[in-house]
Amino acid sequence: MSTLAIARAGRVARRQSRSRSRQRLTSVVMVVVLLVFLVLLVHPGSFTSVSPLDNGDDFLASPGGAHLFGTDQLGRDIFSRVVHGAQPVLAASLGGVLLATVAGVVIGLVGGTAPRVVSVVVMRVVDVLLALPVLLIALILIATIGAGVKSIVLALGVAYTPGFARVVEASVRSLRSVEYVQAAKIFGSSGVRTAVRHLLPNLMTEIVVMVSSAVGWAVLTATTLSFLGLGVQLPEPDWGSDLAAGATSLSTAWWLSTFPGLAITVTILVANYAGDWVMTLIDPGRARSRTRFRLLGGLRSSLPPAAAVAPGEPASLTATSAADHVPASSNPADHVPADVPGPVPMPGQGLTSQERA
Amino acid sequence: MAFVLRRLLASIPVVVGITVLAFLLIHLVPGDPAQAMLFGSNASPEQIQQLRDQLGLTQPLWHQYATFLGELLHGDLGTSYVTHNPVAHELTSRAPSTLALTGAAMLVAVVVGVPLGLVAGVWPGSIADTAARLVSFVGVAIPYFFLALLLVLVFAFHLGWLPAIDTGTADGLVLPALSLGWGYAAILTRLIRGRVVDEYRSDYVRSARARGCSELRVLLAHVFRNSSIPAVTMLGLQFGNILTGAAVTEVIFGRPGVGSFLASSITSKNIPVVQGAIVLIGLSYIVINLVVDLVVGAIDPRTQLSTAAA
Repeated sequence: MSTLAIARAGRVARRQSRSRSRQRLTSVVMVVVLLVFLVLLVHPGSFTSVSPLDNGDDFLASPGGAHLFGTDQLGRDIFSRVVHGAQPVLAASLGGVLLATVAGVVIGLVGGTAPRVVSVVVMRVVDVLLALPVLLIALILIATIGAGVKSIVLALGVAYTPGFARVVEASVRSLRSVEYVQAAKIFGSSGVRTAVRHLLPNLMTEIVVMVSSAVGWAVLTATTLSFLGLGVQLPEPDWGSDLAAGATSLSTAWWLSTFPGLAITVTILVANYAGDWVMTLIDPGRARSRTRFRLLGGLRSSLPPAAAVAPGEPASLTATSAADHVPASSNPADHVPADVPGPVPMPGQGLTSQERA
Repeated sequence: MAFVLRRLLASIPVVVGITVLAFLLIHLVPGDPAQAMLFGSNASPEQIQQLRDQLGLTQPLWHQYATFLGELLHGDLGTSYVTHNPVAHELTSRAPSTLALTGAAMLVAVVVGVPLGLVAGVWPGSIADTAARLVSFVGVAIPYFFLALLLVLVFAFHLGWLPAIDTGTADGLVLPALSLGWGYAAILTRLIRGRVVDEYRSDYVRSARARGCSELRVLLAHVFRNSSIPAVTMLGLQFGNILTGAAVTEVIFGRPGVGSFLASSITSKNIPVVQGAIVLIGLSYIVINLVVDLVVGAIDPRTQLSTAAA
């Protein structure tokens, strides 16, 4: 019995150390990959000396040989175009998310703390924008201000702001009733001061989670817009417009579209994994698979409040999220099951074999 | 009933907001609508001014909005700058194609996502779970417009099984629906897998087993029912994105739908069409979410109760 216990303890310790070293490895890989993307954004010339605009003599060369990814109809090197095409995509999606974060946090704070008259109006406008698909908002904006990378940044910023504002507002509302915020108010702290000094720092986790899960979506939206010809104009390199340009000769030269497409795919993957990685850094307890749906979870709160709570969203481990349930608990029976951790599976219950797997 | 009414009332401001947004668009876009309408017809300044009066552009803003709303209620969305046909007619003639694609994509999402998510959730770590992971891996990362090209490359050009562009037949719908629906199948798979794993740990599953329920009954009547609520909500929320995604897919496959119409109207600044499409997409999104909430309410009566209490 005791030998078994010791053996089990050893197994657990080994598993823990293995997962810890794995986490460290993930962090190292993640930092390296993100650095590569940073260089792509800031100085793409360090990866290739070939200009993406130089017409060569080798037209439509297939991948391999002198041109790793082949060449297009004008003999331009696809590898160079893919490397240089990263800049507009990364700039647009990161810029757009940054813009939406600033705007969303400000609007969310106003919606959560301002007097009722103001906050109701502000959040109603947010609701209307939330009722429109992100891509449609972006398309409307570009229809009014014209195409280009700057327009995409602005369009993404505006399109993602309502979702962000909703998430922030919901968190602010749950924080308002927490003791230290009440105390700050009682001691005469002004609305703005309370928001900046007390609410904002405690929202940081939520904001980082929200942002890191949105970058992948932003890359998708940005490339969709440039795919539709609303971003960078040819002959300048850009993944979206190069993908669209190559699509017309898909049957004869598959590499024209495939490599920009792969670049987009890899970028979205990296964005998603980086989001998960950031999550485990700030909040190791949170379930990994849930992260990418944080934004959707935030959107869900714009529907009737019950829909947001009732599906039994498992209680998060952070103090801020636990407080989510406080203000709405007019019906305490509803929340009790969600706050109690699930039963620990017992040996021989039929579930353990699956759990272990 | 009170739940249905409350939900209906809650959507009124959103409807008003969407119409305001669509209405304001004509004033936000740089350039004069009257000039845009007479573009290329060598109209004199007097004629342009006459058209401005005729369009009511000289009226105060609120009056213009009231007129816009009144016409909207009569199903009048204005005339297209390009074809000079009624926008409502142009949109409704293209709507069936878009609805077919959206519906087919949702079908792909449900038919692929639900069983895969269920099986993966019931047997985590099994081959099915690996398959589910592959599906969601591919679906979440590959943009649908790239997936569309890859599918065309393989199934149209190499294998020759399916047409590369729209032919107006059911064959032509397969590749667009697959490429558009795959991403949502991925989201659905992950969502349902996660829920099923969670639900299996809950007390009611244990008590159902203790009561002597068969495993199949536990799965279908208890676990699946509870896992389906967030899935239905998610699909409702994603409906708007599928609809706009259909726009891009239509462009790729050359399908004559609302989406490709909207995209070309944005580039040609055909504002009445853009306005009409916004209203159409916004309203269908609201209706779908209304239906979703009612369905969720039917599956899980708790949501109705707590809405009434809130």
